[in-house]
Amino acid sequence: MSNTLGAQPVRTDGEVALVANRMRHDIIRMLAAAGSGHPGGSLSAADIVATLFFGSVLNYNPADAADPARDRFILCKGHAAPALYAALAEVGYVPREELLTLRKLGSRFQGHPDCHCAPGIEVSTGSLGQGLSIAAGLALAFKQDAAREGADAHEKRVYALTGDGELQEGQNWEALMFAAHRGLDNLTAVVDLNNLQIDGHVTDVCSLGDVCAKFRAFGWNTLEVDGHSVSELRAAFADAQGHKGAPTAIVAHTVKGKGVSFMEDACNWHGNAPSEEQAAQALAELDEAAAALAAACKEA
Amino acid sequence: MAKATRAAFGATLIKLVEEGVDVMAVDADLAGSTTTGKFAEAYPDRMVDVGIAEQNMIGVASGLALAGRTVFTGSFAVFGTGRCWEQIRNTVCDSNLNVKVAPTHSGITVGPDGATHQMLEDIALMRVLPNMRVLVPADYAAACAAIRLAATTPGPFYIRLGRAVVPEVYGDDFACDLAFANVVREGADVSLMACGVEVAEALKAADLLAQDGISAEVVDVMSVKPLDEETILASAAKTGRVVTVEEHSVYGGMGSAVAELLGEKHPVPVTRIGMTTFGTSGEPDELLAHFGLDASGIARRVREVLGR
Repeated sequence: MSNTLGAQPVRTDGEVALVANRMRHDIIRMLAAAGSGHPGGSLSAADIVATLFFGSVLNYNPADAADPARDRFILCKGHAAPALYAALAEVGYVPREELLTLRKLGSRFQGHPDCHCAPGIEVSTGSLGQGLSIAAGLALAFKQDAAREGADAHEKRVYALTGDGELQEGQNWEALMFAAHRGLDNLTAVVDLNNLQIDGHVTDVCSLGDVCAKFRAFGWNTLEVDGHSVSELRAAFADAQGHKGAPTAIVAHTVKGKGVSFMEDACNWHGNAPSEEQAAQALAELDEAAAALAAACKEA
Repeated sequence: MAKATRAAFGATLIKLVEEGVDVMAVDADLAGSTTTGKFAEAYPDRMVDVGIAEQNMIGVASGLALAGRTVFTGSFAVFGTGRCWEQIRNTVCDSNLNVKVAPTHSGITVGPDGATHQMLEDIALMRVLPNMRVLVPADYAAACAAIRLAATTPGPFYIRLGRAVVPEVYGDDFACDLAFANVVREGADVSLMACGVEVAEALKAADLLAQDGISAEVVDVMSVKPLDEETILASAAKTGRVVTVEEHSVYGGMGSAVAELLGEKHPVPVTRIGMTTFGTSGEPDELLAHFGLDASGIARRVREVLGR
């Protein structure tokens, strides 16, 4: 795995986890400032997004968000927009303090990502179930581009992040069928499997059953990881990049609200912003975790 | 030669590629009917058949468009706009992508397949979407021009194509620009504003009305969005009476668009001829007559509203 576009630091797993912690910090700050939004699914996805952007997985150019040679990241679960916005700030595409305009009139950061607003948002998402199809179309185009350019051409990759509740949308399964049929091995879908949706636990509302078996039955190279383990995520992305002939699904077991004790696995934190007091407590917890992560990095 | 507007689909895409325009098509198991199959025969890598999955069709087309392609989508109008309307809204239109929604088999002239396959609400569904332009070509030549215009103009388009063979209204050299309406017959007493297959029927109706001493002007409102306000307002001002004709619901279609414009800028009495129910099985000509959308049905209605 390598970033060929622009100079970027190669980070250890611990350093990536520290970035994820910083992103969680931003997520809490921006949601508290907004007074509405989706903390649970943003926090559950933070390590996945951090590993993609800062674990040398996604190939992008920090100096040019529109670099045509870049890989694409599609946030299918658009309500986790704060996680994406935090990553864009971390890359340097947008100023970190501007994140506090989230969801406000005139802000570049809508409640769900809008591709006309801020650099680094590839397509408007948020209506669940549509992202995988878009990602598949991109992956097909990149395969055709590479084929036209010849044997040595660099094939761009596409990464899509879906929720688990989101997989209840039927369009996903149309896209899964299509991507396998077309052998789109430059496409990787990550499922943020936090087992919570608005109305309750996914297994109670309408269970997905054996997600991995379903992906395999649809012809996908399917991996299962701890979605909060940077090393496991990195290994899975490396496997995906090496796998030929079929797209890869990384089923990432996560905890909704991860990193903030009172938000973890709690349904009511899907779509509610923390109060000032709650935000202060959350930030204190995250600071504590950051100190531990930083100490561990130093030891290593 | 009279042809169906759908025949323009594959044929024009082939021509565009020959001319160096980088177009692709995505269809949903109806390539033979929509004629994208002909395009696939000529350029296999430029046509993607996703199977019976219209929502995925729009998503895949959007992905291809994000990678720089100009992409046309197929299927039948009822599935290619209805089943995937929200995908067209939230992905194609919100992101303002280069996706041209061009399904065939619109309106009752689908014929024997019956009500579930006769799309009567597509103009309404498409014209309410921000960034979307809506073209309803009257014949084969107009359909070729509409596809060409969409291919060479950035952003989302809806092109309404039909299954049935329609008479020629225009010659092969027909060309149009955005916001295109066209006075195809001059008249003084009433303006028949029609789109799609109804332009030919309105022209025939004008002949019938002439026999009764009624001078009908016929305006092809090919671009339902944006409207050619100047042409429409000028005709309304000239005749003082407008009758709209479309093989589409009278709710939200071309007639509604024209009535909205006239209501705001030049109020004149407007009568909308179109569908208010689902269709049924029958041959296209039989259905047009059954629902009062053929020349004699239009003429009858015009005489009624003029009290003649």
